[in-house]
Amino acid sequence: MSNTAISVTDLSKKYGERTAVSHATFEIPLGTICGFVGPNGSGKTTTMRMLLGLITPTGGTGEILGESIEHPERYLPRVGAMIEGPAFYPALSGKENLNYLASLGGFSTDRVQHLLDQVGLGDRGKSKYKTYSLGMKQRLGIAAALLPNPKLLMLDEPTNGLDPEGIQEVRALLRSLANEGTSVFVSSHLLSELELISDYLVMLRKGEVVFTGKMTDLMLDQQPIIIAKGANETELVTLLGIAEAAGHHAMIRDGAVHVEGPANWALDFNRAAFEAGITLSQLTPQLPNLEETFFEMTGEK
Amino acid sequence: MWNVAIAELRKLRRPTLFLGTMGAVAFFSALFSSLLFLLIDSPDGNSDRGRMVGREVLSLATGGVQGFSSVGGFLGIIALCVFAAQSAQEYTYGTLRNILVRQPGRMRVLAGKFIAMKLFALIMIILSAFVSITASLLLAPRAKVSTDLWFNADGRHALFTAFINIIISVIGFGTIGMVLGLLLRSPISAISLGVLWLLIVENLLIAVKNSLQNWLPGAQLASIASGGAPMGSANGVEYSHALLVGGIYVAVGAVIATYLFVRRDVSN
Repeated sequence: MSNTAISVTDLSKKYGERTAVSHATFEIPLGTICGFVGPNGSGKTTTMRMLLGLITPTGGTGEILGESIEHPERYLPRVGAMIEGPAFYPALSGKENLNYLASLGGFSTDRVQHLLDQVGLGDRGKSKYKTYSLGMKQRLGIAAALLPNPKLLMLDEPTNGLDPEGIQEVRALLRSLANEGTSVFVSSHLLSELELISDYLVMLRKGEVVFTGKMTDLMLDQQPIIIAKGANETELVTLLGIAEAAGHHAMIRDGAVHVEGPANWALDFNRAAFEAGITLSQLTPQLPNLEETFFEMTGEK
Repeated sequence: MWNVAIAELRKLRRPTLFLGTMGAVAFFSALFSSLLFLLIDSPDGNSDRGRMVGREVLSLATGGVQGFSSVGGFLGIIALCVFAAQSAQEYTYGTLRNILVRQPGRMRVLAGKFIAMKLFALIMIILSAFVSITASLLLAPRAKVSTDLWFNADGRHALFTAFINIIISVIGFGTIGMVLGLLLRSPISAISLGVLWLLIVENLLIAVKNSLQNWLPGAQLASIASGGAPMGSANGVEYSHALLVGGIYVAVGAVIATYLFVRRDVSN
């Protein structure tokens, strides 16, 4: 049996002359949470749609839970998904919408109330979907994705519209599902959220995979930065000059100098600043976070 | 396929849709049948397009289903709207992606939806038959129409024939609605185009050139519902001709829509 939840090779999708996804190749091990990131229009949703059999790839191959993506009927009964936001019938209640999907997939409707409780909609299940707030719709979408008791969960922006408490609940839910063996493939623009929960990462830029692998590997590969602050703007310019004179790439951002360099260079930097008559009010060596890495790798900023 | 049909029935049975549609069916069935008897002596006619249906015709074995037959075309328009809306709304709500994730067999999805909507249409037709015949029975004595022949063997045969013809016609109209829904992917566009074409454009074309009634889809299906014109009649379409031409329209439309539904990317 395959030990990958998702495996794609050279997966491509073209619409006429426009390439939405180009030769995407990545693997996601079973039982992990994989973050799927990329700027708007980078091909994340198109890739997810191809994996779910909603659109036909123009090239490449793929496997989900060991089955070819040419035969979605073989793996979709074990896959839960919410793509491009929740979509339900406005005139039906949340519970009726889930009952509809349960009937469609041949699942028991017994789990519906449990799922509504699980996503915090237990007391609003009988309300019509059109009366739900964006956050409630999102929760219902997650409940629908959990209907088949999935081995693989694919979620596109699941925290959209959720309040901080809701985001925390979704994070905890995904982590507990992963702990129970469910593989989770999740896209989000909240990179700080993905950084907290993801074991793996697939990063897209203009339809091409720019990184795939363990989150820890990505972060360790990043150039550490040293953040330094002086007393005023003039001192920041002097600090910038010191860093550049030492051969480091540096920039002034958010009222501080950001210097790319190893953490142990902070000592030399401090000494050089002191010799230049500057007393540093902040000197922090740190690794870039996922957001900074993302911008660096996708060239978005 | 059956899972899809059962799921669709959950949607179709919601009170606003089910009771609203059945209410309209009951109202118009009662209205069409009542007018047949209440306006029996009216010089402006008592049936569709000012046609006069006299006491002697209503007293025949087929008299009991005259009202039911005349409402058949209207039932077809209702079916067209329901089928079109139920098919196209999956695109406008974006629910098609949920459906196809839970049931990736697209032919099965289409077949299941069609079965559920046919069942819905069947309930409509049964209700319409019941209301029409009941209204006819209640109003016949007042209009001095004899009902003696309505329930003999010929009368029962007439009821059965009318019932089958209306089922064929309504399913035909519904299929055209479903085809429009799948092609246009918008309930408003599909219903507007369907109703506009069937109620206005076809009638205008036939008014300009009467022979076109033999070739337009709505005229064929309406003719099937009413049992067709007698052989060699200059007015109306013969039943067998209507069945053939109407069947070709429905079949070609269904094949094209099915092909597109199965092959088309779901990107909304």
